[in-house]
Amino acid sequence: MAIPYEFAYERPETAEQAIKLLGKYGKNARILAGGTDLANQMKQGFRVPEILIDIKNIKEWEVIKMVNNELHIGSLVTFNDLRKSQLIREKLNILFEAAGLVASTGVRNRATMVGNICSAVACMDSAAPLLVHEAVIHTMSIDGERAIPIQQWFIDNRKTAIQDNELVTHVSIPIPEKKYAGAYQKMMRYSGEDLSQSNVGVLVLSDNKYHVAFGSVGPIPKRSLKIENLLNTKGISKETIEEAKAMIETVIAPITDVRATKEYRMHMTKVMFERALKSAVERFKQPKLITQ
Amino acid sequence: MKKISFKLNGETRFLHVEPNETLLDVLRDRMGVKSPKCGCDNGDCGACTVMLDGKTVRSCLIFAIEVDGHEISTLENISKNGLSPLQKAFLEKNVFQCGYCAPGMILSATELITNNPHPSEHEIKEALAGNLCRCTGYTPVIEAILELTKKD
Ligand SMILES: Cc1cc2nc3c(=O)[nH]c(=O)nc-3n(C[C@@H](O)[C@@H](O)[C@H](O)COP(=O)(O)OP(=O)(O)OC[C@H]3O[C@@H](n4cnc5c(N)ncnc54)[C@H](O)[C@@H]3O)c2cc1C
Ligand code: FES
Ligand code: FES
Repeated sequence: MAIPYEFAYERPETAEQAIKLLGKYGKNARILAGGTDLANQMKQGFRVPEILIDIKNIKEWEVIKMVNNELHIGSLVTFNDLRKSQLIREKLNILFEAAGLVASTGVRNRATMVGNICSAVACMDSAAPLLVHEAVIHTMSIDGERAIPIQQWFIDNRKTAIQDNELVTHVSIPIPEKKYAGAYQKMMRYSGEDLSQSNVGVLVLSDNKYHVAFGSVGPIPKRSLKIENLLNTKGISKETIEEAKAMIETVIAPITDVRATKEYRMHMTKVMFERALKSAVERFKQPKLITQ
Repeated sequence: MKKISFKLNGETRFLHVEPNETLLDVLRDRMGVKSPKCGCDNGDCGACTVMLDGKTVRSCLIFAIEVDGHEISTLENISKNGLSPLQKAFLEKNVFQCGYCAPGMILSATELITNNPHPSEHEIKEALAGNLCRCTGYTPVIEAILELTKKD
């Protein structure tokens, strides 16, 4: 189905040209990356931009690279690019795992990770991995550049800290100096292309430090310092895991919708938290990061 | 209207398009390429699958204007010189019923075995997970790929 209204289309060749266009049209423009969300939103009339700024010719944003001790993921990197990247496999096993659970190959070939966090639909799969790794989102506009910690990125369901004249160039992820391992759990009805009903990311760091984040169980994905503190101070035991699971009740606020009831989400989030924690701890014990 | 050019199944084609035309509509309604089908029009079913620069994508979620300068190949390309071994295996085992999902399934399976000539059953299921079929129950499709690609 054609989109039932007209709009303009530009495909700038450079970042400079892209931000100039964005500066000119502001909120009447939308950046087009893989289009897997945007084309749908335009068909449904949820977004009616006057102009699409297709950034896919800006080759420098296709790159995944190490810069000092940070991993940089460009805004055009797709979920399948993440799956094919040896760097991601070795350094960010939790993101590697989550990327493999996004939709199906035909969508992953096109859908970008940055588009995922820009759409910021509550059930997105890249948020929890990026939260536990304390990623930073880098934006650019005619007014300059900003670096926004992921903790401050998500404002509400489908709302982020980005300004109308800004676009995201890349995401940077500090790689811990000492050993670490992550695990991601996604609850869905069937594998292949279902959105998550709830998801959990756990990162185990050296010196008994834990990072924990939840997605799809509230308007925005959430890291829980409360649960982290408990694990950091008391360590992992049967008792602390039970205590942490009880604490989840006060941390997340799932809703009932077509995909699951809030009670089911609450229950399953606890189960998945335990699974993710145990699997991250198991992987941490291995000599090398395990990826799946 | 913008003039675009792209390779369609090996031939360079020129066309005027409006930004709001999807690739699926343009292929089917303006270029006569009928293998991509519209099942859901929102990315869920995989019936509209085509290859863009060698990778499977959903043509219902792509604007035709985006493929300016790129290469599209459809099922028609795969069978240009007769049926591919994969198609023959599907035919022999009579894996499809109505066939609506077949072009998408064949393209997804072709992408899989090009990158991974001996996939496991799990990898086959993974690769076809985004191609919905209302008739076959998937089993014959998976079995045919397994048999075609098994190591001797
Ligand atoms: C069938 C199907 C199944 C799916 N399943 C899952 C799933 O299991 N898990 C999951 O997490 N997601 C899923 N998704 C959604 C997922 O495909 C998208 O969220 C995708 O990651 C968005 O990336 P994109 O490149 O397609 O973005 P686009 O659709 O191009 O853009 C999305 C939004 O982000 C903005 N944007 C994109 N890039 C930038 C940038 N660099 N700077 C500023 N703004 C930008 C756009 O303007 C737009 O508003 C699914 C989608 C489909 C169609
Ligand atoms: S018609 Fe495109 S995925 Fe269903
Ligand atoms: S054979 Fe009918 S949809 Fe697959």
